[in-house]
Parts: sequence; C-alpha cells; structure tokens
Amino acid sequence: MLAIEGLRSDLVGPVDLAVAAGECVTIEGPSGCGKTRFLRAIVDLDPNRGRVRLDGRQREAMPAWRWRRLVGMVPAESGWWADRVSEHFERPEALPPLLEALGLPPDSPDWEVSRLSTGERHRLAIARALCLEPRALLLDEPTASLDAAATARVEALLHRLLQAGRPLVVVTHDPAQARRLGARRLTMREGRLAPAGEAVR
Amino acid sequence: MNGYLPLSYLDVLLAALFLLIAATVSLLARLGLERRLVFVSLRMVVQLALVGLLLKALFTLASPWLTLFAALFMLAMASREVGARQQRPLAGIWGYGLGATTMMTAGMLITVFALTLQIRPDPWWAPRYALPLFGMILGNTMNGVALALDGLHVALVRERVAVEARLLLGHTRFRAVQPVLVRALRAGFTPILNAMAATGVISLPGMMTGQILAGVDPREAVKYQLLIMFLISGATGLGVLGAVWGSILLLTDRRDRLRLERLAPPRERL
Repeated sequence: MLAIEGLRSDLVGPVDLAVAAGECVTIEGPSGCGKTRFLRAIVDLDPNRGRVRLDGRQREAMPAWRWRRLVGMVPAESGWWADRVSEHFERPEALPPLLEALGLPPDSPDWEVSRLSTGERHRLAIARALCLEPRALLLDEPTASLDAAATARVEALLHRLLQAGRPLVVVTHDPAQARRLGARRLTMREGRLAPAGEAVR
Repeated sequence: MNGYLPLSYLDVLLAALFLLIAATVSLLARLGLERRLVFVSLRMVVQLALVGLLLKALFTLASPWLTLFAALFMLAMASREVGARQQRPLAGIWGYGLGATTMMTAGMLITVFALTLQIRPDPWWAPRYALPLFGMILGNTMNGVALALDGLHVALVRERVAVEARLLLGHTRFRAVQPVLVRALRAGFTPILNAMAATGVISLPGMMTGQILAGVDPREAVKYQLLIMFLISGATGLGVLGAVWGSILLLTDRRDRLRLERLAPPRERL
C-alpha cells in the first residue's frame, strides 16, 4: 500500500491519499492544478513535507534514489541522454517481454533516440521504468501521445501490474481511461484532491 | 652582460606611426573607424601607464601587505568577470563567490608553491615576481572556470528533463548529472589544452618572447615558459574541477533533487 499523509509542496497540498495494493487511482483536473507537482512530490523530486510510506516503509528512512526504485514515475515528457535507446536501460534482459507487451519490435533497443516518434519514446520510457520492477508506479498522462492500439497495449500492461498487486496512480485527461482501468477517480483543484464523482456527474 | 635594449618615449611614439596611417586611411575612405582607433589606443596608453606606475610603486615599497592587497584586488576583478561571463550564474552571493573561492584556492596555492619552491625570489613574496605570476595563473584559471560554469549551467537548464529522468530511474545526484558534468569539464579544459598544443609551433608565448627580447638565452626562456605553462594548467585544472564540483553540490540536494531555482533568472538579452 502507498500511504500519503499531509503531503505539501510549493503548489500542492495538503494531500492525504492511500492507494491499496492492486488499486488504481486516477487524477483528473485542469492544466496547472498541480497534478504533475503532486506526483513529483511523492517521489521526492521537488522539496516537500509530509509522510509517505510504501508497505510500511518510510520514505525518509532511505536515500531518495532507493525510494525512486521502489516507487517509479513515468513523466509526461521522457528524457534521454545518449544516442542509442539501449544505453538508457539498466537491465536489458528484462526488456524483451516488455517490448512485446507494448507493441515495440525486438530490435528497438538498437534504434537512435533522435529518430524515435513521440509515441515510441513514451512507450520506451514506460518500458525503461518497468525494467527496474518498481513496487508502485506513478504515470503522468501515459497515453496522451499514443494512438488507440498503443493505448490499449499500455492499459493491458497496467492491468497486469494491478493483478500483481502494484498500487498505481495515473494522471489522465480521459474519464473513459479511468473506467477502463477500473480506477478510483479523483480530481485535483488548486493542489487539493477530491473525489471526481460529484463535480462531473 | 645584459642584452636588454632600452626604449625612449620617441621610439614608442614612432611605433604608433603606422596606426596613424591606418586612421588617416579610415578618415579618407569614410570607414568611420578612426575615432574608435584613436580612442582605444589612447585608453590603452593611459591604462598601461597607470599599471606601470602602480607596479613601480609596489616594487619600490616592497610591502607584503600591499602585495597581498593587489593580489586580492586582481582576484575580485577576475571573480566579477567569471560571474559576468555566465548566461545563468548561481543566484545570490555564490554567483561571484564560487568563482572567487575556487580561483583563490587554486591560484594562491599554485603561486605560493612556485614562488617558494621553484622561482625562490628573496623575499619569496617579492611583488616583482609574485604579481605577474599570479596574474598569468589567474587569467587562465578565470577563462577555464567561466567556460566550465557557463557550460554546466546552460546544459543543466537545457537538459533538465534528461537529468530528472536519470534521477527518476534511481540514480544518485552525482551519477544523474555525470553526462552534463563531463561536457562542462571538457569545455573548461579546452583553452589550456589548445594553448599547450599550439605553443611554440603556431605562436610564441608572449612571456617567452618578452624574455628573449630582453636578452635572455632562448633555452632559459623556454624553461621559464614550461614552468609557467605547467603552473597555469595545474591551476586551471584545480580551479575548473573545484568550481564544477561546487556548483553541482549547490544545484542539487541531499535528497537527490535538481535545484535549478538556485540559478539566477535568465538575463534580458537585447
């Protein structure tokens, strides 16, 4: 379980949220309301205050880099620092099943990063995060740049993670995606979380 | 025997003859360069005359405190220059302080090392040796530090997404910035590496030329030049490494975050 209590950063909070094992929470809300900032605060990428625990393990009790291996985050814009795709992966042996699940050809690690399409980049970034086998995953608009077929593949992969008992937090603009993931829907407004139901219905 | 041939002021004026010809041509051909040519050369005369007087006074007074004060003044000017040459210096006091600290440590350490162990004037801090040596070391270190810090800060801003991607994949702050850091160090080391590669083949270093004109045996001048080049590259190396390392420490934190808000806001460019 991912437990968040009184989390605050510059533009966010205080936020309390508990995501159970195998549960998916989606966060909707207008641009600039703090959705991305909230995910960044959970993984400690921005200065923040509050208690965050994963399966009872306190975030502050470990170095930040180790926490980020337990709680993975895939940002909306993927970052690359070398010429070849394969140079960005730490455990290439974990890669083939992920590539297949995401509809990417087995030779895609040999590609040049500069020639990737936005959608390819994003799917490779998801594969890169999953290679580390995080115990919980935060995704920021994971399918915004993908077509229907690729979106379905990503969602199928997320379903498999949920079945494996991983807590997921997904920022999305698409209520239909939240339903397909069987998610508990929340809305963020001015840095605060509320159930999505009331306002939308 | 001393091979030094003294110059009269008339000799110096005569040397300006060709500059005057160039200015006249500019005037006749309406190039509009003549005023700037004359102004800049007059300014140079004033600057150098003042420096000559100042150095003469410092040499005559031979006071360790005045020598130290002159060195600190040079250091302050160099620190200001390092800050001004960066598009995105660190915000606040570190914008100048980081360059000042690293240049002071590297420059003073190497200057004192050379004065006490190799050149050994009496007294070791004699301004006639200390100030020109410190000046050469400081100027080159300043170049390297300014280039390295400018490269580092601009690259961190431009590649923030890539650095944060590495942080999110569970890299420590030092590992996450490593690709950017290597390029910044390379930029800082480039001028001194180029200078070492070109020296004696493409250009004769100014100091060595000066010594040869002053009648020193070229083999002796070469020895001096080699000593200076080693000292300069050593100081540049230490200064660049210290500045880049310090800047990384200031622009990240213990929770492995990138803290680019600690850079000064971008400058308005016209």
